Parts: sequence; structure tokens; C-alpha cells
Amino acid sequence: MRSVTLPKVLGTETEYGITIRNQADFNPVLASSTVINSYAGGRARIQWSFDEESPGRDARGFGFEDSIPSDFETGLVNVVLTNGARLYVDHAHPEYSTPECAEPLSLALYDKAGELVMARATRAAQRFLGEGERMLVHKNNSDGKGNSYGAHENFLIARDIPFGDVVRHFTGFLVSRQIYTGSGKVGSENGRPGVEFQITQRADFFEEEVGLETTLKRPIINTRDEPHADSTKYRRLHVIIGDATRSEVQTFLKVGSAALILDALEAGALPEPLLLTDPVQAVWQISHDPSLGATFELADGRTITALEAQWQYLEWAAKYQREADLPASYGQVVQVWEEILTDLEQDPLSTADRLDWTAKQRLLLGYRDRDGLDWDDPKLRLLDLQFHDVDPDRGLYDRLVNSGRMQRLFTDDEVASAAISPPEETRAYFRGTCVERFGDAIVAANWDSMVFDTGEDALKRVPMMEPLRGGKDRVGDLFAAVETPAELLRALGGD
Amino acid sequence: MAEQERKQAQKEDVEVDDVVEAPAEQGEEITERIDDLLDEIDSVLEENAEEFVKNYVQKGGE
Repeated sequence: MRSVTLPKVLGTETEYGITIRNQADFNPVLASSTVINSYAGGRARIQWSFDEESPGRDARGFGFEDSIPSDFETGLVNVVLTNGARLYVDHAHPEYSTPECAEPLSLALYDKAGELVMARATRAAQRFLGEGERMLVHKNNSDGKGNSYGAHENFLIARDIPFGDVVRHFTGFLVSRQIYTGSGKVGSENGRPGVEFQITQRADFFEEEVGLETTLKRPIINTRDEPHADSTKYRRLHVIIGDATRSEVQTFLKVGSAALILDALEAGALPEPLLLTDPVQAVWQISHDPSLGATFELADGRTITALEAQWQYLEWAAKYQREADLPASYGQVVQVWEEILTDLEQDPLSTADRLDWTAKQRLLLGYRDRDGLDWDDPKLRLLDLQFHDVDPDRGLYDRLVNSGRMQRLFTDDEVASAAISPPEETRAYFRGTCVERFGDAIVAANWDSMVFDTGEDALKRVPMMEPLRGGKDRVGDLFAAVETPAELLRALGGD
Repeated sequence: MAEQERKQAQKEDVEVDDVVEAPAEQGEEITERIDDLLDEIDSVLEENAEEFVKNYVQKGGE
């Protein structure tokens, strides 16, 4: 067993669903551009570099040239926020990537801050719409018609861990964790067998065990290999099999349990892999059974449920967490994990104050009871969609929170602060603080570098290949001591 | 074995103060409160569910 593993730097990327009510010629690319630019309009607008796509160019001729600044049309649909996050248009969706976080509680907070950013952006975009039109943005992963969009989790792991080990140990974890990572869905899609209600939005779309794709033939283990860091030391494991979650407790458990299992894997603390004979089939079969009775077969001949598999992973993770020197929030991960499994085992609906899928199921069952609705009634599909609306007045998740029906981990003030200020433990602190303090001098930014124009000589590039360098402990004093970007770069010894 | 692990896990020093507990409820009270909630949700639900659901199409992504 390794004595010290690499710190698990974490992040999520979430594509949001978007639509405009009462707009006949709705174009999702233009709508997404409007949302992003509306948010960025009053703030620092810094171009993300190395972007092959330029979806923003499609925004030309959107029809409100008169009311917007001229640079609105020039492709600035990729912006860096003062909290170190990236806000942009990805294909036909507005997307928010959290800043890099050093532990799961921080990540859950910055993921939640993304919802606030989207809600504000959506409201700001409203002024560009015609009378009677209304912009709606949803933190969900499916339109219910066979189209899915992603919620991806990222975990920095050691390059020298054989990828085959990741596949063998992590597949069974990802397949079985669905019972606490789903945000719930009415019906099924993509040719899967019919079902009234299922645990996850995404399960129907997974068709391979391992692969590079993210948009078709989606794999349980994605092999995308862009560390955005020193590639000789790190791999960024890009997990695409998960739902976007609104519950703070659930997001925390989702990313925290995965990070803990990966850390244990890296340390050699997972005794044996749970090898499934048919993981792809298990993905949708587990999701399709909200009673949690679905079983799947292991290569050793045993047949187990997702709950049983998760108890096993929790046992390994808890033992590892006790022995390893990890950030304190991992202790909280273990506790929440155990509480959720215990409650799911007794009565899945008893987790409706902590998990999106059971919260949604409880609402749907309530409506069915009261109004005598069939599962294919459009009203239930509407409830399913509106659960995810990021508008705090309309979104049903927010209604549950506001009436005290969902547990929270953060206060509104903490979330509002995280939408503005970066986490202090990673290079996101350097990035976000530079945007806040010296935004005008930043020509381009990326996860692993920033380019400055200080008005002197040539442009200056600051590489940031170590995600845990650039935190407040390293550069806080530096920022306090400089007043201009030129001074900052001189102090960095920069070229 | 698993049971033992769970008990040990519970003893871990964790920060639970951050978790705001929702009040526990039972039986009729839950039904009543759910009915209240549904009434409240009725007032914010998008109009014309069928048309809304039909027009909700998301292309591209990831």
C-alpha cells in the first residue's frame, strides 16, 4: 500500500437544458449564447484559449444588435468567472465547469454555486426576449425523447495507476452507486424496456463498458485523457456516468464517495474488484427498479443488489478513510454514505429529504394520488422537467428546499459567495483572483495557463501545471503586495 | 463484518453540524403537508403541460 496518495483534485462540468417558452423559432445555440453573455456582460469577460469550437459565431445576426455591445457577437461565449469557474456554450447547452476543488465539500458548494450563476444568467437573458417569451434553464440530463447531455465529474489520479485497474475496480462502483446518484426520470428512452419511473436520467444512454465517446455509444468508463496538468504525473479521470444533482447532500456524496474509492484504489486498499458479468445491462436494470430489488451477476457466480455492492464499497472506503490522512470532509462522506444506504435499505422514500430521485418520486406519487394521473400523463412529465428548473421561484427542487423538505449543507450566503470568490486551496484561487483584480490585462485563460497583456513588451504566459499550486497559501501574500498586473508578473518572475 | 465496519464508521470524527436536519414527520401529518406542497406547486407549474413537454427537445451536447 502506498503511504501517500496524490491529493484528489476535483471538479464537475454540467450541461444545462435550455428552452424558451412561446418562441416558435427557438434556437438552442443562440439561446445558450444569450444566457452566457448576459451573465458575463457586466463582469470580466475573458476569452478561454485553445478552443477549437466557436459556437458563439452562430450568434451573429441574432436580432438584437441594437441593444447589445458590439463585442457581443465576436464569439465571447467562453468566459472565466471570478470564482475560477468556466462558463460557456457547449454545442447547444449552457455549461458551467466548477473551479478545481481540493475536497468534496468544496466541490459540492461550487457545483451549487453554478446553479446560482445559471439562475442569474437566465434572468439577465430575459431582457433580450420578446413579449411573452420566457427563458428556462434546467439542471437535468435528458429531454425524455432520446437526447441526453452530460454531467461529468473529474478526478485527478496518478498517471502510473494502470488504467486496467481503474476499469476493474471502478466499474462496479459506478454501476451500483446509481441508487444514490440518480435524479429520477419518468419513463425510459433509447430503446430500453418501458418503465414508469426510474432512478436516473442517464442510465438508458450507456451502451459500452469502456471507450472514448461521450455523445453516442456512451461508455461506463470514459477514456478521455486530458489532464489539464502535468501529464507525466497525472491523469484526469473523466466520469460521464452520473446525473446532474441538485441536492447538496447528494452531490457531496456522489463526488465524495467516488473520490474516496479512487484514492483507496490508488493506495492499493481495495482488496478485490467486484467484476460484473454484464455491467452495461446492470446499469439500466438497476436504474429501472426504484424498489432497489434488481440484482446483477458477478463473475464469481454471486448475484447481488446494488445496495449490497455499495455496502461492500463503503466498508472498504471507511476502513481506508480511518487509516489514511485525508481532508476532514471525507469522514463526513463516510457518515452520509452509511446513513443513505441504511435509509435506502429500509425505505427508499425515507431519503426524499436528501436525494433528488426520491424527492421527485415522492412528488410524482403525491400528484398521482391526488389527481389520479397515469404515468404517461404530460403533467407528470412536466413535474419531472420542472423539478430541475434553476429559477428559484419556479424550480420544484427549490420549492422543496424553501418549505424545509430538503436538507442542505450550505447557507444561501455561502453559495452566493462561492459564485464570486474562488476556492482557496487550488490554482483556481490564482485564476479567479487574477480575473477579479486584473481582468483587463488577461488575454486568455485556460485550466493550466493564463496569458497577460500588461502593456509592456510581449504577451506573458503563466503556466499552471500543478493544480494544487496557486492557492492562497502560496500566492495570497503576493496578491496583497502588488497593485498592477505588471507587478504581479514581475513578482512571479514571469516570462 | 460489514456491520462492524458500519459501527466504526459512525464513530469517526465528522462535521455534522453543517447538515441542517429537516423535521421528522409521520403518517397523516406527512399527507397533509404533501397536499399543502402540491397546492403550492400547482401555482407555479408551467401552463399547458402537454405542449410544454412536446416542445422540450434538447439536441447536441457532451
